Amino acid sequence: MTAVLLALAAIFAELSLLAFGGGNTILPEMQRQVVDVHHWMSARDFSAMYALAQAAPGPNMMVVTLIGWRVAGWSGVLVASLAKFGPSSILTGVVLQVWKRFKDHPWRRIVQQGLVPMTVGLVAASAALISHASDHEWSLAVITALVALTAFTTKIHPLWLLAAGALAGLSGIGLP
Amino acid sequence: MDAATAPPTDVTIPEPPTIGELFTGFLHLGLIGFGGVLPMARRMVVEKRRWLTPAEFIDLLGLCQFLPGGNIINLSVAIGLHFRGVAGAVAALVGLLAAPSAIVILLGVIYERLKDDPRVEHLFAGLAAAAAGLLVAMAIKIALPLRRPVGIVIAVSCFVAIAILRLPLLPTMVVLASLSMLATWKFQK
Repeated sequence: MTAVLLALAAIFAELSLLAFGGGNTILPEMQRQVVDVHHWMSARDFSAMYALAQAAPGPNMMVVTLIGWRVAGWSGVLVASLAKFGPSSILTGVVLQVWKRFKDHPWRRIVQQGLVPMTVGLVAASAALISHASDHEWSLAVITALVALTAFTTKIHPLWLLAAGALAGLSGIGLP
Repeated sequence: MDAATAPPTDVTIPEPPTIGELFTGFLHLGLIGFGGVLPMARRMVVEKRRWLTPAEFIDLLGLCQFLPGGNIINLSVAIGLHFRGVAGAVAALVGLLAAPSAIVILLGVIYERLKDDPRVEHLFAGLAAAAAGLLVAMAIKIALPLRRPVGIVIAVSCFVAIAILRLPLLPTMVVLASLSMLATWKFQK
């Protein structure tokens, strides 16, 4: 158990400090660690957990809590949450003290603009990996495509699209 | 227009929030923020409770988006720290995460219990497919403004490295982010 908790702490502490551009950029690495390296769950279960977390209120990264709980119960929740939210929060606190001097520095713009293509590549990778694991039937791929199209072309609230997807799934059309 | 109906100005300095108010404020935010807490956060912090002026909010948000971690999580830490030091930061962060953590674990328990029921399995499969669709839309939205060839090459390399070759994030990030920043620096002006 201790080994599992240590692994959770190491994975999420690293992800905490690499999550430039928000939580969705670290999904591929999280999936790689949780599914491929540690075999804690299948890729399909990982996608289901991600979807559950998206359907819940709050910040984007509640999937971390869910993985901690699934892997090691309440101590897993505590360890994963501390590791995921602790390091980036401490960094925020430290940088806050020097931000006044730093925010108009030309290097800040270079770093920030330089990270944009990384964010694009990582979110696209997240989209590809989560779609690949979720869409194991043609009908599910249709749901993904329709939701993507609707979310791209309209301003409809994402929660309605998640609900519509869940209902379409519940109808069982095209599912075994 | 008399003083009572005049729009509020930034001349009056509101009381700084207490540790308890930071906790309850962010607790509330954690409960209402579905699919994107940021607009709600601005409403609470700037318009309703007036903890920060619009300019202060933008300034703090700039910091929070620049650093790793969710911007709203960093924002709760920064606001807590700004008003009440480390205790304020902990109160705001725990407040923000408490309710969503409980809800997501409850959903996880329900999923574990019911996932062998075929109807529930279908429901969750549809939910996961829809969540994937939201990610696809987001990826397209943030990719479209990318115009510089160098940026496109970096984004595509990053996608190939992470999604297809399944390389670890840390080395990929160190190499590609350095190249990307170098290119930004070279091509600026």
